[in-house]
Amino acid sequence: MEHFAIWVAAFLTMGIISFLYKDNAWYKLSEAIFVGISAGYWFVTLFWDNIYGKFWVGRGDDAMLYIGAFLGLLMLMRLVPKVGWISRWPLAFIVGATAGFYLINYFSSNVMRQVEDTIMPLLGTDYSATTYDMIGNIVIAVGTFSGLVYFFFSKEHKGVFGGTAKVGIFFLMITFGASFGYTVMSRMSLLIGRLDFLFGDWLGMIK
Amino acid sequence: MYPIWFQKRPLFTVLSALTIFLLFFSVSAFAQDNSQIDTTIAVDTTLAEIRIVPPSSVEVSDVGNDAGGSIDIHWQLSPEDQNGGPVISYSVLRAESVDGTLGDFTEIGSVPAGASTYADGNTVDGLKYVYKVAATAASGAVFESGDSIPVSSSAQWFDMRRINVFVGVLLVAGFIVYYIRQAKAGKELFIRKIAGLDAVDEAVGRATEMGKKIFYVPGTQDMDNVQTIAGVTILGRVAEMAAQYETWLEVPVSRSLVLVTAKEMVKEAYSKAGRPDAYHEDQVHYLTDDQFGYAAGVDGMVVREKPATIFYMGAFYAESLILAETGNSIGAIQIAGTGMPSQLPFFVAACDYTLIGEELFAASAYLSREPKQLGSLKGQDMGKAVILIALIVGLLLETFGIWNFSTLFSVIE
Repeated sequence: MEHFAIWVAAFLTMGIISFLYKDNAWYKLSEAIFVGISAGYWFVTLFWDNIYGKFWVGRGDDAMLYIGAFLGLLMLMRLVPKVGWISRWPLAFIVGATAGFYLINYFSSNVMRQVEDTIMPLLGTDYSATTYDMIGNIVIAVGTFSGLVYFFFSKEHKGVFGGTAKVGIFFLMITFGASFGYTVMSRMSLLIGRLDFLFGDWLGMIK
Repeated sequence: MYPIWFQKRPLFTVLSALTIFLLFFSVSAFAQDNSQIDTTIAVDTTLAEIRIVPPSSVEVSDVGNDAGGSIDIHWQLSPEDQNGGPVISYSVLRAESVDGTLGDFTEIGSVPAGASTYADGNTVDGLKYVYKVAATAASGAVFESGDSIPVSSSAQWFDMRRINVFVGVLLVAGFIVYYIRQAKAGKELFIRKIAGLDAVDEAVGRATEMGKKIFYVPGTQDMDNVQTIAGVTILGRVAEMAAQYETWLEVPVSRSLVLVTAKEMVKEAYSKAGRPDAYHEDQVHYLTDDQFGYAAGVDGMVVREKPATIFYMGAFYAESLILAETGNSIGAIQIAGTGMPSQLPFFVAACDYTLIGEELFAASAYLSREPKQLGSLKGQDMGKAVILIALIVGLLLETFGIWNFSTLFSVIE
């Protein structure tokens, strides 16, 4: 049975990789199996984890779970055309609660913390910073300032303001370049993982 | 030369000597071990006889700015609590005090020697507790302090340490409300050009001219992600344009809640454009919750149906390049927008236009030009202006050592 599973996994892996050549029947089959099985898997997981695990078995005295279940029931009202509009209520709740929750979270982490960490003595406390640290401090300060200017939408990017915004976009692009290289390396590990499966688990060429 | 008995039995003689030597060595080692054990016991006995002065001044207080359930305990260390001294730890004892009657003391925790604080995070709000602290000696003997005054924990409505966050949010909210009122009063609010958003019209127009579909991918995250909310909001505007141009818009989604929301948005957009009849339920459809399953499904649709235009607006992870590269390979015009810093480089590389972070959130206001959204965007800009000024002032003050300005922005969790 284990060998059969490895052969099926290898067949499907090769099918997905065959997309690199062009769209073909093998890829279509693998894609349909992948999409269908994963959709079914997630349905079962969400049902057993949430409806059964959290609500049916583990609800206890937690009234919040009843509120969640009630909102979930309202969502099902979509199935009844006459009262389908009720399903907008839980959606409004989710969108509103998300916006409110993240307003405070993001304001704390993306605004306050960022500003706190950017405002620092550029030359070090008591002017004790090394040249390396000074350059680092100045890069952080200039990068944050000019980046923020780039994302200022109420003024045309012209003159000194435009120049500063251009510096900001340079900083962003340099950051993206570094991030690109770093992420490509991590994607290589995914490829290596699949090749390791094909040549190791399946073909047995890697011991 | 050698004695006669050695000459007769040399091997026996050597082995005998060796055995005698080993026996002697073992006996002396055993004696030495025993003497060490004896010494240790002697030391322990000595320690047990020492009377340790117990910790004193046990002070208790409710932990402030919290949701209740916690009491802080502080005490003065025992004078014998010194490096190498007899005290090895402190035990914290607690008793409930109901109507002035004190219950039994039970140990709720311990800290090593040298520590003079303990946080009791397991209290019932409103119930009074009395604490005492006991110093434990190496011998196991325990020396207890006097009782603390009764104390109870309570929850606070506001965490006053985070007042700066409150003021900041209030300031930005004030700007937003002010500019929304201005916009509603008819004041023209200027928003600079955003290239990626100007291209939306062009992209929809191109699909119309080519008689091909528009694909809209609202990311792979659920509705509890603000980027998905932004993506779905922009979908409304794109759907309105698609309805006006009578171009087929297809929206594959990976989350059930996004499916429902996107359907509502598209349906409403078609009604708004005066074309409710052109809306089809299967325009917005579900594929799978699985990240790479979704990517495989969208890729398949892209290569088979060859849409003229593809939008990627929302939160993306590793699937970003897989999707954008496939779209690029069929020559579609692609406009992406995300706030995920790690995925932006891939969109920048593989798409024609990319909305970077904040631009994604500004997109809806930019495209719709609705007073409420424009006022909101303008208000946020004023918040950014305040931050820019704070950066300049703070950097100058801190660099010249005048004032530690950054503490104003310090956030305590």
